Amino acid sequence: MKFRDRYKPGPGKHDPGKPDHGKPDYSRLDRAKSERPRVSRARFNLRGRLMLVTGALGLCSLALIVRAVDLQLIDNEFYRQQGNERFLRDIEIPTTRGMITDRNGEPLAVSSPVESVWANPQELSKNPARLPELAKALGVPADYLKRKVSQRAGKEFMWLKRRINPAVARGIMAHNIPGVFSQREFRRFYPQGEAVAHVLGFTNIDDYGQEGVELAFDDWLRGKPGSKRVIRDRRGRIVENVDLLRAAQPGKDLTLTIDRRIQYLAYRELKTALLKSGATSGSAVVLDVATGEVLAMANLPSFNPNAVTGDNRDAHRNRAVTDLIEPGSTMKPLTVAAALEAGVIKPQTLFNTNPGWIANGRYRTTDHHNYGVLDTTGVITKSSNVGAAKIAAMLPDQTFYDFLRKFGYGSSTGSGFPGEAAGLFPAPSSPGWSGTTKQTMSYGYGLSATPLQIAHAYATIGNGGRAIPPTFVKGQSNPSRQILDPVIAHQVLKMMQTVTEPGGTATQAAILGYHVAGKTGTARKASAGGYSRRYVAFFAGMVPVDNPRFSMTVVINDPDPSLGYFGGLVSAPVFHNVMEGALRLMDVPPDDIETWLAAQAEAEAKRAAANPKPIVAAMPPPVLTSGAAQ
Amino acid sequence: MNLRFLLALMIAANVATAIGVVYARHQHRQLFVELTKLERARDELNVDFGRLQLEQATWAESNRVEQVARARVGMKFPEADEIVVIRP
Repeated sequence: MKFRDRYKPGPGKHDPGKPDHGKPDYSRLDRAKSERPRVSRARFNLRGRLMLVTGALGLCSLALIVRAVDLQLIDNEFYRQQGNERFLRDIEIPTTRGMITDRNGEPLAVSSPVESVWANPQELSKNPARLPELAKALGVPADYLKRKVSQRAGKEFMWLKRRINPAVARGIMAHNIPGVFSQREFRRFYPQGEAVAHVLGFTNIDDYGQEGVELAFDDWLRGKPGSKRVIRDRRGRIVENVDLLRAAQPGKDLTLTIDRRIQYLAYRELKTALLKSGATSGSAVVLDVATGEVLAMANLPSFNPNAVTGDNRDAHRNRAVTDLIEPGSTMKPLTVAAALEAGVIKPQTLFNTNPGWIANGRYRTTDHHNYGVLDTTGVITKSSNVGAAKIAAMLPDQTFYDFLRKFGYGSSTGSGFPGEAAGLFPAPSSPGWSGTTKQTMSYGYGLSATPLQIAHAYATIGNGGRAIPPTFVKGQSNPSRQILDPVIAHQVLKMMQTVTEPGGTATQAAILGYHVAGKTGTARKASAGGYSRRYVAFFAGMVPVDNPRFSMTVVINDPDPSLGYFGGLVSAPVFHNVMEGALRLMDVPPDDIETWLAAQAEAEAKRAAANPKPIVAAMPPPVLTSGAAQ
Repeated sequence: MNLRFLLALMIAANVATAIGVVYARHQHRQLFVELTKLERARDELNVDFGRLQLEQATWAESNRVEQVARARVGMKFPEADEIVVIRP
C-alpha cells in the first residue's frame, strides 16, 4: 500500500500553474487527456509489469550469455581463426629439384640457388632520394629506374633483377634501402652444355621439366615444397616459428646410363663429321649391348640448355628418337637373318646379281656396280640391293614382316623418352603394302625407323638374339626376350664383320686390335614424287665381334653430295673415332691382338729402316697406352 | 571432508597440468626454433655442396679439359704406331 501511495499523483505536483488567459490553453487540454490513463495505470497491476520488464531484461542478458558461451565455448573457431589470421602465416619452404648425374655420378644437371631482388614501388617512391643509390647498385641508369618506379607507383610488387648471383644480391641488400627485398629461387645448370642437351632437355622458369629426361622424370626429380606456420609482426617480419605443417621433400636424384666421356666423344666426332661433309643434321646413338643402356646419344644441331630461347625450336628435338628415316642398307643384315631363320638360305648360298639390276614392279632395283655372283656374306660385304631383293623374294610376306616387327621396327622401343616415334612399317594386309613393298624393304626403303631403333636391332644381333629394350636410367632392368637363335645371330655378326675388312664398304670403321661388325647405308631422301638426289648416310655396327659390348648407329642427314655422301665415307669415321675411344674408356680387351701386333711389328720395322736410333726414346709414356694395350 | 580433499587434489592436478602444458609448449617452440636453425644450416651446406659440384663439373667439362690438355699442356693422342702392345 505504501508503494502505491507514493506514486499516487498528488494534486500539488500536478498543478498546471497559472493559466494564461490570453490564449486558449491547449496544453492544459492535452494534459487533462493524458492524466486519465496515468491514473488508470497506477491502478493497474504494477507487479505484473515489473515482472515483465525484469523478465525481458533477464532474457536479454541470457541471450548475451548464450551468445558469449556460443562464441567462446561452442563455436569458438570463427573468431579464433579471425584472430590468427591477423598474425599467423603459413609460408612455403622452397625445395630443390633433384640432380641428374651420368652413370659415374658426374653431375649433368644441378639446381643451384640464385637470388631474385624485388621491390615494393609504393615504399620505394617514398624515398626518392635513395633511388640513384639503388640504380647504381643494380647497375641500371638512374632515370630508367626512376621511370620504372613511377610507372608502377600504385603497385606493391616489381622485379628489380631476377636470378642473379647470391653474392651480388647480398651487395644490393647491403644498402638497406626500404622496400627492397630479395627472394631465393632455384635455377637449373647444365655443366655439360650442348653435348647432352637433347637427352636432358630443360626446365621452364617455374622449374617444371619441358623436354627430355627432365620431362619424363619430372615427378621423380621435382621436390614437394613444405609449409610452416609462423607469427609475423605488423611489418611482416617473422617473429616466431610456430609449427611445421609439412616438411619439404627435396627432389630425388636421377642417375642416367649416359657416360659423359663417350657422350662428349660422340658429340665432338659428329660435329667434326658434319662440318666436313656439309650435312645439315646428324645423330649418334651408343647402346650397351648386354644391358640395353643408352651410353651416349648425341644430336646436331644442338642448343645451349643454360640459356634456352623460344626460337630455334628445331634444334631442341632429340632426333635420335623422334626423327624417322628410311634405314637403307642397314636393313640388309636383318633380311639375311630373317632368311636364315626361315631356313630358305645358308651362309654359302650363291646369288647371281647379274646384270646389277632386277625388276621390281614397274621399277628397278639396282646396284652401284655389277657384283656378279655373290654368296650370302658377299651380299652384305658389298651391300648388294639385288642380292637382298633375291633373298627377300624367297620369304613369304608375313614371315618377313613378323621378323622385322620382332626386331622392333614399327613400334616404340619402350625407352620412355618423351616424343619417341614408333616408325612407319606397313603390315602385309594394310593398304601401305603393295606388290613391290617387300623387295624395297629388303634393302631399307618403304619403311622408316629412328636411329635408336636401328641401334636396338643391331644390339639384339650383337647380344646373341636377345632383345633388351633400351633404357636411360641406370639400375632399371627391362625384361629381355630371346627373338633370334644365337647361332644365326653369330653367323650374321660374322658376315657383318667383313664389311669393315678389306673389300668391304666401310674399311674406315675398322679399329686396330678389334674386330668390328657393321653395315653402311646410303639412303636417298624421299621427296615429293619420288627420291631426290639428297642422301642420308648411315653406319651401324657392334664391337668387338667376340662378345660385343657396344652397338652404335651414326646417321648423317643431307651431306653435301659434292663432298661425298656414302655411309662408309661420311658416317663410318665417326663410328671409328667414337668406338675407339669408348673401347679404351671402358677397358674392353682387344679381340684381335694378332693384327695389332703385326701392325706394330710393321711400324717398328719401318721406323728401324728409316731411323736406326732405338725406338724406345720416341715412345710416349706407357701409362697413356696401358689401358688399351691390356 | 573426503570430498573437499578430492576437490583440492583436482585443483592442484589441474594447475600442475596447466603448467605442464605451458612448459611443453615452450619446449616445443624452443626445439622448433632449433630444428629450423639446423635445417637451414643443412640446406646451406647442401646448397654449397651443389654449387661446388657445379663448379667442379664446369671445370671438368670435357671440351675445356681437351682444350687445356692440347693447348696448354701440349698433350696429344698417341698415334697407332706409338702404342706398344704388350702380350698378356
